[in-house]
Amino acid sequence: MAAIIGRKVGMTQIFAEDGARIPLTVIEAGPCPVVQVKTEERDGYSAVQLGFGAAKPKHINKPEQGHLKKAGSPLMRHLHEFSTDEVGAAEIAEGEMVTVESFVPGSYVKVTGTSKGKGYAGTIKRHNFKSGPKSHGSHNVRGPGSIGAAAYPARVFKGIRMAGHMGARQVTQRGLQIVDRDVQRNLLLIKGAVPGAVGSIVWVRPD
Amino acid sequence: MTVIESLERMQIRDDVPEFRPGDTVRVHFQVIEGQRRRVQVFEGTVIKRQGASSRETFTVRKQSFGVGVERTFPVHSPKIEKIERTMQGDVRRAKLYYLRDRVGKKARVRELQNWQTTQTASTPVDPEAVEAVEVIAEVEETTGDE
Repeated sequence: MAAIIGRKVGMTQIFAEDGARIPLTVIEAGPCPVVQVKTEERDGYSAVQLGFGAAKPKHINKPEQGHLKKAGSPLMRHLHEFSTDEVGAAEIAEGEMVTVESFVPGSYVKVTGTSKGKGYAGTIKRHNFKSGPKSHGSHNVRGPGSIGAAAYPARVFKGIRMAGHMGARQVTQRGLQIVDRDVQRNLLLIKGAVPGAVGSIVWVRPD
Repeated sequence: MTVIESLERMQIRDDVPEFRPGDTVRVHFQVIEGQRRRVQVFEGTVIKRQGASSRETFTVRKQSFGVGVERTFPVHSPKIEKIERTMQGDVRRAKLYYLRDRVGKKARVRELQNWQTTQTASTPVDPEAVEAVEVIAEVEETTGDE
């Protein structure tokens, strides 16, 4: 099994043979050209760089165009490196294509994406704090509560959970099952939800 | 057509009869008990239809031994053997939640007058309905090889 870069298309459901409904995320993945193969001898570690998303020359800067040209790859908007183990093929060469065909229905993958941004969020939304009483004269409705003692230690400890920016960070969801694939349309149908908004870039790797 | 739409069209059954909230239906539903498979009939009033395309569901409400029972089925579920409409109701809203607060004679839906004649007269000549069925059949053919 291989790793691949894709774009989240959206969610739907499908009926299983026994009539149960399976929640699905549709990912338009690949075809991803192998842009660069990094080797232990030359680069100090082994990895495979894949490209995704056809682009016009005006959207790619010259150094990157040269980098893609060297591998004989068409212009690609997104590049990402995967470890050689993840891509699975030691003999994979620059210029080859990784497609959804390398994902077998029934196998398990992990999907990495950028989660939806929630903005500046309070402790209830961000850290699942409990809310205070809403009535009976309560003024402590959504406040964080105590963040420490007073004279000793006379400071707030590091790592105390507080309000702040939430979401829009890299999230990996493991243990997702490939339900089906569509080789013609380059689609992966994955059971369950994956991180990120519709249209965002995700990386699918074997789990 | 988007990718999601095309995936959902493949799931849609073309043998689902027309029925609306307020109608009384008999839902023949397959129940799997261990190895055996049998068909259970759930008869009651449709109180809502919600969702769209292959994700659409409908809820049937009935009184069972004095207790209100509601069951929600996916419209396009392969587990539904068939849906029979036994009465067309005369209702003014899409979601009949008000039936939950009523008991006895008040919890009934009035039967739409002359519904059998309007149904038989309108269904075969409705060109849109015929066309829609054809389109679905086409989609199934083209996407069947996946």
